[in-house]
Amino acid sequence: MRDIALVSFAQAPSVRREQIHNEVEILMPVVAEAVRRCGIDRRDIGFTCSGSSDYLAGLPFSFVTALDGVGAWPPIEESHVEMDGAWALYEAFVRLQHGDVDSALVFGFGKSSVGPLREVLSLQLDPYYVAPLWPDSISLAALQARALLDSGEYGEADFAAVAVRSRRDAKSNPNAQLSGDFAVAELLESDYIASPLRRHDCAPISDGACAAILASGDLARQLCERPAWIRGIDHRIDTINIGDRNLCDSASAKLASEKSGAAADKIEMAELCAPFTHQELILRRAMGLGDEVRINPSGGALAANPVMASGLIRIVELAARIQSGEIDRGLAHATQGPCLQQNLVCVLEGE
Amino acid sequence: MAEEQEPLEILSARHVVEYPYTRSVGAVIGRFLGGLKDKKIEGSLTPSGRVLVPPSEYDPESGASISDFVEVGEAGVVTTWCWVAEPLAKHPFDRPFAWALIRLDGADTALLHAVDAGDSSRMATGMRVKVRWRQQRSGAIGDIECFEAENLGSQDGEIV
Amino acid sequence: MSEAVKKIVTPISIEYTITPGAAPTKFLRGIKEGRLLGQRCPKCSKVYLPPRGSCTVCAVPTVEEVEVSDQGTVTTFCVVNIPFYGQVQEIPYVCAAVVLDGADLPCFGVVQEIAVEEVRMGLRVQAVWVAPEERGYTLENIKYFKPSGQADAPFESYREHL
Repeated sequence: MRDIALVSFAQAPSVRREQIHNEVEILMPVVAEAVRRCGIDRRDIGFTCSGSSDYLAGLPFSFVTALDGVGAWPPIEESHVEMDGAWALYEAFVRLQHGDVDSALVFGFGKSSVGPLREVLSLQLDPYYVAPLWPDSISLAALQARALLDSGEYGEADFAAVAVRSRRDAKSNPNAQLSGDFAVAELLESDYIASPLRRHDCAPISDGACAAILASGDLARQLCERPAWIRGIDHRIDTINIGDRNLCDSASAKLASEKSGAAADKIEMAELCAPFTHQELILRRAMGLGDEVRINPSGGALAANPVMASGLIRIVELAARIQSGEIDRGLAHATQGPCLQQNLVCVLEGE
Repeated sequence: MAEEQEPLEILSARHVVEYPYTRSVGAVIGRFLGGLKDKKIEGSLTPSGRVLVPPSEYDPESGASISDFVEVGEAGVVTTWCWVAEPLAKHPFDRPFAWALIRLDGADTALLHAVDAGDSSRMATGMRVKVRWRQQRSGAIGDIECFEAENLGSQDGEIV
Repeated sequence: MSEAVKKIVTPISIEYTITPGAAPTKFLRGIKEGRLLGQRCPKCSKVYLPPRGSCTVCAVPTVEEVEVSDQGTVTTFCVVNIPFYGQVQEIPYVCAAVVLDGADLPCFGVVQEIAVEEVRMGLRVQAVWVAPEERGYTLENIKYFKPSGQADAPFESYREHL
């Protein structure tokens, strides 16, 4: 395996509704900043991969238009996943293993505000048995949250505590959308959106974008003082049939964590992509992350959740803390699909 | 989610994307949906003896293809649920209702559907519910109009 | 046994509220007033019309606004002879790529007021606008292009825009 690292990255601050700029206009300065920060000539980037969803944008082939923001001339080697940008990073990691190119640009972007997000996410469900009923994303997560409450291991106050910590930590994240000091008791007084989930249990609707530059071996050391090395990366998927899953657990997250080698050494910090409070609790248990692990110092997806970029942002937030020397080793996670159906785990280390 | 008023200087347009998808369903799903038309619910039987409702073409454990079917009951147990106080436009009801996973009698997996319970206080994990069939059935998951509490006693399931 | 279902129809319909973005918004405001506003790339100087806010070649934002003429040159064209769903023109008609004077990328339009067989590369054309009071934030403000009566443009003048 070749050593691959994140050497540079940038984000657009997440907002509830970006009305002035379109996707390309949001993306272009983010990509430009990621390129500028490591000083690579964009024409030297060997591979480009993006993650986005046409259903989210409401525009077919919107990912092709997005290349306007990248500078695709002379013609670049490029690929796209209809997934979170974290999976674009996975593809770029694999592409760099081929050995013939040494750097890659990955990005994820999306404006969740333009359509009815809860309905748009229904389009990823089983099209025969489930999607015709249009169960929305929050309702499906609420089924999982109820199952977790029924297990007796957690209560609604535990869910709210996740929201309180996330919003508090987000106060120091300039890219976060939701932050502030709240009390558990205060949050528990609010109404349910889909019981047992209240507003604070759900990630906000966000418009945003994220880009990262990957480089191999010596090039990474040349472009960056302290690269965030990808020491393990894996993604696994559970059945789409949520009626045939133990919703209180995440077999795919557990396996992805194992295969990424997370347990080989101490994990100091984890950036988990949990768009619902209870999902953080499920993920922590599935991956064996104890109280000694600092969780989501960025505020996580509960503070900003630009769908299709949110997972890549987790990886980038962790990489930032490795580059700064704050930590030596951590884990980032991304998810896709209803009730944590698909999970990606990426282990990053400093040198 | 609350809609914000847009400032006047921003141009925006309503944009509707429609896809009239027609899907070939294959033998297994086709048999299940055909059964619903006749008020019959069938699951698929895996080599290890599990009954999957709704049925799938393969055994999730081994990947083996499945061709055996078993009829299951039209009543079962709620394994988890959530209460939707404010239904969205595309939801099956315009009044408050529950989504639930329901394990039908004789099945080993749960089916997602709506429960017309009137009030969240009438919902509980473990409660028994039964199918309310749609009058006009076309061979689709919507042939099950919804589920309702089994102990209601009334034929049409209306909650008074 | 019940008769198996072979196909199901699962229509989806999602309503979005889309905003065009900063550069297209300026363009749409202009076209409502009968003006064609493009943007020039600060690096390669190419003028994009309609503008998307970026130069796809140089990967930089375009900010400088440039008003472009509503006269131009047919660079290439095709004759549409087949009916299709949603067609608004009577067949046969000509669909052409027109590079407007002052722009570096062709835009597409219908050419009328000329026999189909007389349309040619290099033909000089002029936009025919809908009445000012009927104009909206739409490209449909230009009904079609018609010959301007000027001499044909030499091939060298538009070969870079093909």
